[in-house]
Amino acid sequence: MFWVGHLILLSVGTQLPFDRLVRTVDDWAIATGRSDVVAQIGPSTYVPRSLKAFPFLAPQAFQELQLNATIMISHAGMGSILTAMEYGKPIIIMARDHRRGEHRNGHQLATAERFKAVPGIYVASDERGLVEHLTRLAELTGSEKLPSRAPASFTDRLRDFILRA
Amino acid sequence: MASAGGHWVQLSRLVAAFDGFDVQCVTTIKGARAPCGGRPVAIVRDGSQTDPMALVIMFAQLLFIVLKFRPSTIVTTGAAPGVFAVRLGKLLGARTVWIDSIANSEELSLSGRLVRKHVDLCLTQWPHLTDAYPDVQCFGSVI
Repeated sequence: MFWVGHLILLSVGTQLPFDRLVRTVDDWAIATGRSDVVAQIGPSTYVPRSLKAFPFLAPQAFQELQLNATIMISHAGMGSILTAMEYGKPIIIMARDHRRGEHRNGHQLATAERFKAVPGIYVASDERGLVEHLTRLAELTGSEKLPSRAPASFTDRLRDFILRA
Repeated sequence: MASAGGHWVQLSRLVAAFDGFDVQCVTTIKGARAPCGGRPVAIVRDGSQTDPMALVIMFAQLLFIVLKFRPSTIVTTGAAPGVFAVRLGKLLGARTVWIDSIANSEELSLSGRLVRKHVDLCLTQWPHLTDAYPDVQCFGSVI
């Protein structure tokens, strides 16, 4: 796949629907006439009118989209957050709210809170905040690339434990 | 063993711990490349509490993999299939390591709370959580 210019990648994971996020991004894309948004929407029930939406993309195709994306938008899932950090891409995240039935518990709200100070991560606390970030899309910048491996202090201790068997 | 998505990304960041070992990676979505070891990734059905049939299939697949590969150690970053993998592994004589996701910063995940007393090493990535669970350690985080 080859993308000219911008590619915006929206993803909500594969396990649960997240209509609130998909609908907000779709409405914004329609209002601003954007046709460069690709979305992995999982089992979301909302049917996007403007997004190029797929319920599920194979890992390699999805990774290619992540590599080519100029910006990522996602639920507050660690897969998307860590990948954005590894690739140095700016990412807008909106947490699934368990009080609205979007997840089983509130861990995504905690994740958004913990990562909001990290450069390159733009937290939207609701749909309005999401649209505010989208309006300033050109100003969002990624962080310095995170090394693709965990700190050696972690993996060395883990390795020691395995070797002690 | 790690479910697709964030669990898998976190496990992939830990591959330096497995350098030089014979490793069988297991996940829940077809098409992932093994981040370490020469073996193709094994796939099991993803299951949750709401789908008992999927759990039965997942259990059978994990049993087959563990009996075939006979691991000396099982390391998982979750989620549900990881719980089954470490419980099964323990029964069959493997040492077991549970690494709770970095997403669980306020309390250990439900899965982590289920397995923490049954694994040989239980890690959180948040130092403050070791106070709440005396049998849980922190070696730092994947980032």
